[in-house]
Amino acid sequence: MNPALQALVTIIVGVGGCVGYFYFSNQFLDKVLFPAKGPNIARNITRANMIRPWLFLMPALLALSVYLVYPVVETLRLSLSERLPGNESRFVGLANYQTMLEDAKFWEAMRNNVIWLLVVPALSTAFGLLAAQLSDRVRWGNIAKSMIFMPMAISFVGAAVIWKLVYDARPIDQDQIGVLNALYLFFGGTEPQQWLTKLGWNNFYLMAVLVWIQTGFAMVILSAALRGIPEETIEAAIVDGASPIQVFFKIKVPQIMGTIVVVWTTITIVVLKVFDIVYAMTNGQWETQVLANYMYDKLFRAVDWGVGSASAMVIMLMVSPILVWNIYNARKEMK
Amino acid sequence: MANLKLTGVQKTYGGSINVLNDINLDIQTGELIVFVGPSGCGKSTLLRMIAGLETITAGEFTIDGQRMNEMPPAQRGIAMVFQSYALYPHMTVRDNMSFALKLAKKTPAEIDAAITKVAETLQLTEYLDRLPKALSGGQRQRVAIGRSIVRDPKVYLFDEPLSNLDAALRVATRIEIAQLKESMPDSTMVYVTHDQVEAMTLATRIVVLANKGIAQVGTPLDLYERPENEFVAQFIGSPAMNLLPGKIVETGDVTTVRVDHGNGVIAANIPSKPDMKGAVVNVGIRPEDMTPVTGDNYAFENIVEISEALGEVTQVYFKRQDVNSSPVIAKLPGIHRDVRGQRMRMSTEPEKIHLFSEGVSLLYR
Repeated sequence: MNPALQALVTIIVGVGGCVGYFYFSNQFLDKVLFPAKGPNIARNITRANMIRPWLFLMPALLALSVYLVYPVVETLRLSLSERLPGNESRFVGLANYQTMLEDAKFWEAMRNNVIWLLVVPALSTAFGLLAAQLSDRVRWGNIAKSMIFMPMAISFVGAAVIWKLVYDARPIDQDQIGVLNALYLFFGGTEPQQWLTKLGWNNFYLMAVLVWIQTGFAMVILSAALRGIPEETIEAAIVDGASPIQVFFKIKVPQIMGTIVVVWTTITIVVLKVFDIVYAMTNGQWETQVLANYMYDKLFRAVDWGVGSASAMVIMLMVSPILVWNIYNARKEMK
Repeated sequence: MANLKLTGVQKTYGGSINVLNDINLDIQTGELIVFVGPSGCGKSTLLRMIAGLETITAGEFTIDGQRMNEMPPAQRGIAMVFQSYALYPHMTVRDNMSFALKLAKKTPAEIDAAITKVAETLQLTEYLDRLPKALSGGQRQRVAIGRSIVRDPKVYLFDEPLSNLDAALRVATRIEIAQLKESMPDSTMVYVTHDQVEAMTLATRIVVLANKGIAQVGTPLDLYERPENEFVAQFIGSPAMNLLPGKIVETGDVTTVRVDHGNGVIAANIPSKPDMKGAVVNVGIRPEDMTPVTGDNYAFENIVEISEALGEVTQVYFKRQDVNSSPVIAKLPGIHRDVRGQRMRMSTEPEKIHLFSEGVSLLYR
């Protein structure tokens, strides 16, 4: 079958199946299991209403258990065991963790992740806030906003490919197709640079990609928050003698602090899981390894299930507290 | 000490939408000027132009002779109280009040002294370390007022400060503002409201705004007793003044008129020039001045359609003879049972009559 046709059939069967499930299970509950008639009508209605939420939540609960809860448990088990020939495995305690902690590449990944964690959420949120504030003040602000938001629509891999071209280097006698090298030569550089191999700096060239993507996200959310600030508090501050910069930092930012925290932590979680960009651009070479790519390396290239799973557990342990804080703040914002 | 002077002030939005035209107004030190007018008349816009939150399209605005048009709000020596209080939600009451002082680089000792004094006056001392969300509406409004007082401005601007409060609190806060004004005789206040009672009770002078301009400026009782035009006559006083079409039959120191749907002639203590004889006029009588009469000389006669007994007064509504106009209303003191459906003749004293020719009072012709 033609892949396009296949996709169409999948969509129809998938969406139709979902709608059908909700419709028919609901009908079954109301008409067959606990019909709203007969001598027990009141009891039946009460029972049907108690069951209905579970009925509707069931697909989501099932999918989450199969694709989230089970993998977590299985990863934990794998991280504590050793693979033996013939699809057998043996419990080895924390030996895999021990191996991982002795691996210099793991510590490189940890160090890089921490740098990503410090730089990307901070820059994305700061640029997003700046873009949100400034684009509200100019007539063509909405066009600027769409431009800044557009990278959000690009997949991480797509973005990585685009930026790989930006950092591309050609021999000196050819035209540079990499924007960075073209600029570098234009402003007096003598030799095209292999940017992605520059130790220390290359991490930041990779981070630029994620900042480029996440700034749009931060801007959209923060722009909505900024518009929610009561105009009169800003006017009161102006009458009180605050300069535009003081109004921004002393009146506006404190009032949207909750939203800033939500944006910050959301991006932090994205950063902790960052994989595609590193995988597509350097694959962790030249000291750019990050945890998620380290995990992929161990699991699928070295086929070392134990250490791979152990690093997956480390990522999960790092994400969890931030996720909890993120949800706590998001709920507080919604109130 | 602050004299405010507006000369030929105009406001236009986006080059074409004109909201205020040729506003000329002199506000003296110590006055409490109230801007009133129907919604959309530009009263808040005018206040915001004085504050510096809106630019002045044309004309000049001065404080003590100094041109203010281009002066930023903070340097105009004004403080403003907003309708929604506009407290900074993330700051305590103390920080709300000290914000402007800190920006003005006052020393901590000065700030502390100013806040302690104001908090005592406004009974806010025990709330100083609370956030605005932990305060009631009335307390928030007091903080907003306190925030303006600590700055010791020359001019206070109030933008409908009571309209977010409930009825009982509104009366209490209104009286507090009146007392505040009395305790600061040298400060000038400009107050915007759509509430007539606030305007009548607080104002030294009222400015009635309508049709992009000033309809009349005067003391509250001036506006009530001697309205310059039909708009002011109907805007001040509730229910609005009844306007009954009629003709002048006799001119002189006392003008005699015949009301179209009345009978005989009635006299008004308003002088008129001889050339006004026979002119078409509107005879204005306030509902509270309408009295039932039994003789043949009356201004209006019809059947009572609706009666509203309020206890202290009974408001009766008559349908007009000409179908599409608003009802004629009379306020009869005390309780009147069973007036509905009765035919009544109404008239009033000569000194209670207003005469308008082409919308303008004969008093000002």
